[in-house]
Amino acid sequence: MNFDFSDDQKQLRDQARRFLAEKCQPKAVRAVLEGKADYDRDLWKGLAEMGFLGVAIPEEYGGTGAGHLELCVIAEELGRVLAPVPFSSTVYLAAEALLLAGSEEQKQKWLPKISSGEAIGTLALFEGTGNPSPAAVKLAVSNGTLTGTKKPVADGAIADFAIVAARTGNSGRETDVSLFLVDLKAGGVTAKALQNVDPSRQQAELTFAGAKAEPLGAANEGWSILSRVMDRAAVLIAFEQVGGADRALEMGRDYALDRIAFGRQIGSFQAIKHILADMYVSATLARSNSYYGAWALSTDAAELPEAAASARISATQAFQHCAKQNIQVHGGMGFTWEFDCHLYYRRANALALSLGSQSYWEDQLIDRMRQKNAA
Amino acid sequence: MNFDDTPQEAEFRAKARAWIDANAPKQYEDELRKASLGRVVLKGANILEVAKAWQKKKADAGWAVPHWPKEYGGRGASPIERVIWQQEEGVFGKLTAMFIIGQGMCGPTMMAYASEEQKRHYLPPLGSGEKVWCQLFSEPAGGSDVAGLRTRAEKDGDDWVINGQKIWTSGAHYSDYGILITRTDPTVPKHKGLTMFFLDMKSPGVEVRPIKQANGNSDFNEVYFTNVRIPDSQRLGAVGDGWNVSLTTLMNERMSIGANVATGFPELFDYCSSLTLDGTPALDDRAVRSKLANWAVKASGLRYTSFRSISALSKGQRPGPENSIGKLVAGSMIQEVAMYALDLQGAAGVLSGSEDAEVAGRFQAMLLRSPATRVEGGTDEILRNIIAERVLGLPGDIRVDKDVPFNQIPTKGRA
Repeated sequence: MNFDFSDDQKQLRDQARRFLAEKCQPKAVRAVLEGKADYDRDLWKGLAEMGFLGVAIPEEYGGTGAGHLELCVIAEELGRVLAPVPFSSTVYLAAEALLLAGSEEQKQKWLPKISSGEAIGTLALFEGTGNPSPAAVKLAVSNGTLTGTKKPVADGAIADFAIVAARTGNSGRETDVSLFLVDLKAGGVTAKALQNVDPSRQQAELTFAGAKAEPLGAANEGWSILSRVMDRAAVLIAFEQVGGADRALEMGRDYALDRIAFGRQIGSFQAIKHILADMYVSATLARSNSYYGAWALSTDAAELPEAAASARISATQAFQHCAKQNIQVHGGMGFTWEFDCHLYYRRANALALSLGSQSYWEDQLIDRMRQKNAA
Repeated sequence: MNFDDTPQEAEFRAKARAWIDANAPKQYEDELRKASLGRVVLKGANILEVAKAWQKKKADAGWAVPHWPKEYGGRGASPIERVIWQQEEGVFGKLTAMFIIGQGMCGPTMMAYASEEQKRHYLPPLGSGEKVWCQLFSEPAGGSDVAGLRTRAEKDGDDWVINGQKIWTSGAHYSDYGILITRTDPTVPKHKGLTMFFLDMKSPGVEVRPIKQANGNSDFNEVYFTNVRIPDSQRLGAVGDGWNVSLTTLMNERMSIGANVATGFPELFDYCSSLTLDGTPALDDRAVRSKLANWAVKASGLRYTSFRSISALSKGQRPGPENSIGKLVAGSMIQEVAMYALDLQGAAGVLSGSEDAEVAGRFQAMLLRSPATRVEGGTDEILRNIIAERVLGLPGDIRVDKDVPFNQIPTKGRA
């Protein structure tokens, strides 16, 4: 059994960590958080130059073709530093959708631009409150154009193109949904940035008014493509969450070592130690579940749907738990704007919703376990 | 990243599997599979006898304690081969429960501190299950604070004379030998005045009394010592070095990596899969689904955490600290799982008889046994301290009795 990343992958992790320690300090996250920029362009350019944007994109489409385990490694490092860039929208969602279902022409057009950092992509799925479901997709298609509204769309206001879920049938089944690729700069789409709990990553409303759209994948197979894209993204975002959880745990641990109260390090009090031990427990469970997800993703295993749901649920819990308890360990200082604790708290709670909420993934997991049992 | 065996591992696995297939007591397989925490029943058979017979059969073929050196009854298997053996032994491994303390803790302590002659004499029958060992550590006044123990050992010629009481000794009532930690010097701080021995449990003055536990069973004992004589040749480690010797024992307790920690989840998912609530399948119920999903990821998280440790072993590395979470997670989980299973049964969840209760009362038995899982072998709180101090590097608690002579430490909370 070799249930671990390889030495080369660990080297890549060290390389990414060194790069991000320089290029993505908390002040860079705060610049976006405080509205001084809509995303960190220098960092985005640097990620392209390092080959990180195209790490799972084959060489023929301008990537490095390293693979998905390597992408998991990068994701964890981006999660640790709360990278304020549209990486997940572009790489986990748009690029994965193109790789799974794009035509040769679509792949040739967009994947090299993703690898080089020239194009930002996103997935436009949600239409207001509620979890992903075929019935919730209302956006209409007529004569190759789209009409309707999507929100929230992660990074929607800075994206160059979007993969859009639209209604192409009324049978009440999954096959009512098809996917389209829309060049957001080609007219017919207006974008409005929306306030959200984690302003270090943008959310937007996209209004389509007769926007030109080309099909992505076969007609009426949109939902099944989406499900596969979401599973893949769930594993990758789980690694961001694992990275964030680990960093929040380290911040809490470091503060408990530095802070003196009642004449001693607060980390010597069992009340604080036990909080931190429980953070370690949830972070460890999440990491292990995510490793299994990484294995399933990288081998395209039949276990991927169940593994992805487990990784997603576990990593969401861990990051939320660690971010929340990190503030608790910091006491009042943890609730100041000046300390970075709230950056992790914000990101943890935003990521928890980014692919549909925890209850959605709980449902997915049970359905999948049930199918496996029945089989 | 893969789950494949190396060629050597595959060869070892094939050998183990073939032998188990040809020799395991298959007539008990089904009952062992259905056994869960607090309820292991073999109809028409004495489980101790079945367990000893299986252990002896393994010993004769060199499979009893595969990771031990050959001269002491093992086959010199590597840590990863030990794990593979446990995986292959599967449900039959439940029969080794009565040997775990002896082989997992007493054996390694003997290996580290006994004389060569003693090791050759005592270890092979310990491995083969012909002799059962227990570990005499906890006392009424020394549980989590085991260094607070009060059982005295006083030198008399070439012997030591033991007086005092141990508690929570698993299997003392069927044990042949035990390792015993005692206080030999009460005038020095508590960790410094301890000494370790091994003894024959049939020695005059040893009295074993079963404890009637809160769940009504009696798996643990109190052991009383009245002027019990132990020859100095049965001392393990130097006089006054008992605390360090005990750490060898306790470290081994936490090294059992391949061992499955019971979470109760497979039993609960299985139960819910065939349960209907108000005429619809329980697995269609949102609340049930949410609960199950949250436990599912804990159970899978523990499974894959052990895979990470196994991978380290496979590469010949020491596993990281990740395995330290196992009992902490599983202990409280199995208790919550049991409570939830009863909740799903409504008022009838109160029934515990194997005839009247759902699934033969397995969840009721689990409920009543589970409080002990959060205490035995280190309480949840001690485990959190260990993670905080050894894994996260936080400072130890301030210990007010650390430098005080043992006989001056207060013994009563309120007058």
